[in-house]
Amino acid sequence: MESAISANRQHSRQNGFRRFLHKLNEQKYLQAMAIPGVIWMIIFNYIPMYGIIIAFKEYDITLGFNKSPWIGLTNFKEFFSDERFWLIIKNTVGISFFKLLVGFPLPILFAVLLNELASVRFKRAVQTISYLPHFISWVVLGGILMNWLSETGLINIILTKIGILKQPIAFLAEPKYFWGIAVISEVWKELGWNAIIYLAAIAGIDPELYEAATVDGAGRFTKMFKITIPCISGTIAIMFILAVSGLMNSNFDQIFVLRNPLNADASDVIDIYVYRMGIEAFRFSYATAIGLFKSIIALILLLTANGVTKKLTDKSLF
Amino acid sequence: MKIKSSFGDKIFNVFNVTLMLIICFLTLYPVWYIIVYSFNEGKDAMLGGIYFWPRKFTLDNYKTVFSNSDITTAFMVTVARTVITTTLHVFFTAMVAYAFLRKELMGRKIYMAMGTITLFFGGGLIPYFLLIKSLGLYNTFWVYVIPGMFNFYNLIIFQAFFRELPIELEESAKIDGANDFVIFTRIILPLSTPVLATIALFVGVYNWNDYFMGVIFINNPKLQPIQTFLYKVIAQVTSNQMLAYAPGGIATRNVTSQSLKMATMVITTLPIVCVYPFLQKYFVKGLLIGAIKG
Repeated sequence: MESAISANRQHSRQNGFRRFLHKLNEQKYLQAMAIPGVIWMIIFNYIPMYGIIIAFKEYDITLGFNKSPWIGLTNFKEFFSDERFWLIIKNTVGISFFKLLVGFPLPILFAVLLNELASVRFKRAVQTISYLPHFISWVVLGGILMNWLSETGLINIILTKIGILKQPIAFLAEPKYFWGIAVISEVWKELGWNAIIYLAAIAGIDPELYEAATVDGAGRFTKMFKITIPCISGTIAIMFILAVSGLMNSNFDQIFVLRNPLNADASDVIDIYVYRMGIEAFRFSYATAIGLFKSIIALILLLTANGVTKKLTDKSLF
Repeated sequence: MKIKSSFGDKIFNVFNVTLMLIICFLTLYPVWYIIVYSFNEGKDAMLGGIYFWPRKFTLDNYKTVFSNSDITTAFMVTVARTVITTTLHVFFTAMVAYAFLRKELMGRKIYMAMGTITLFFGGGLIPYFLLIKSLGLYNTFWVYVIPGMFNFYNLIIFQAFFRELPIELEESAKIDGANDFVIFTRIILPLSTPVLATIALFVGVYNWNDYFMGVIFINNPKLQPIQTFLYKVIAQVTSNQMLAYAPGGIATRNVTSQSLKMATMVITTLPIVCVYPFLQKYFVKGLLIGAIKG
């Protein structure tokens, strides 16, 4: 140890570059573990970020990102005057808004109610079951939905039997049902999973708070609303920021499976449109411009939600 | 002292338990339905009325599915992809996470800042697609593996866990002459089972359930994962191509495209559903770490 310190002192008198090399040599194993990660990020995160410049270019696959000619804001102008522009914005924000409206409070409610169950074993069982759909792929779930929502499917059988419907409806073939299907199926899939975080937060509440409240004569509902929910409000605030910033994401995997040409007027969201324009129609620059537009809005949403939540609850992401 | 539960409490309890039972039923039933359907004769199932139990029990759907070489190939691709990518992801991301965590690492702040930026900005689908093509990964098995090896969000979860480990262990190992890589593999990794299991589950589920990479990056049917295969079968209005594989012809077997889809869905879902209850205690912890630090 002693000699290492004196050696270090000697080196500190030498010029910076040699010191740098020496230090690098000292931590060569550490750098060898870190740098592959940095290289991975440069390739798979930063090169695509750089690739965004093709939104302002007329991308030519033979010329690449750099040499393709600039065309300024032409792609953006075209998108804003696209006949489907408002429809796409409406679908993206609409589907996400209703997912937020229904899908955000329900896991909190579910967690609070689950916490009120007296039997630990029953609670554990309900919890495990509630996670199950999270592990089922959207392809499988889409398959079930297409089967159940078809004209001869289970939903139509039930609805006609109990007299709500006179004629069976091909639900996925009609745009007006698409948002509802998207919202309900997502809530079904993620309810239990999204509740985990709140359950963990509830588990972290000091039991003395409840004991003191019981002594003071507080009933069950008082404890729920005066202790449980205030104690997890920090977690709720963080989750809310994240949810709002995802307003421009409408779950590509889900919509890609459930969409079809008949419901396109309700299922064309920004991500789907990027896919259609880019991967299907090979309009790389145009699709990139649409994607960039989405990212900018998402960033504004994140910053706004973070700022507003910070003001209201003193909790924020950054 | 026991506090008597009031009448209102009792009503609430009954209501709450009932509600939970309804939620459990609604969660399990769709899954149960495809299982029942998949064990029923296809033509019989088309008549409807099968809700809770197979009416005409048969294994023909499964026999047909397993005799279809496209499905078995896709299944093997998915198994290989999930095992290889998950293993590499967990090892590689943990390694980088550990290195990035060490205070003496030169460039640490820059590396971490680079990673943090990736949490909020990205290139989007098209530049990523063009990158994959120009790297020559398009239509190769490696498109599942190499781009899936690392994730900065998971790195943060690893770091949150590593930070809690006693630092004395590393120091004593260093005095014994172990280099950083040895410390990582011999000391850090064995102590990190909970977080390794959590991330392995997340990454494993993603790789098992992902169909999109197979849709956009894979042309060769021999390389498509089972979810992509299923997606194509489901998205097509008719899926008679599956029936064409039925040995002995359609007439002799009572399978339908619908019953085959159901059997494929069960096979696709079963492995992951068998795993998650065992990893439950880990991922609750993992999610919590992720939420606090993320």
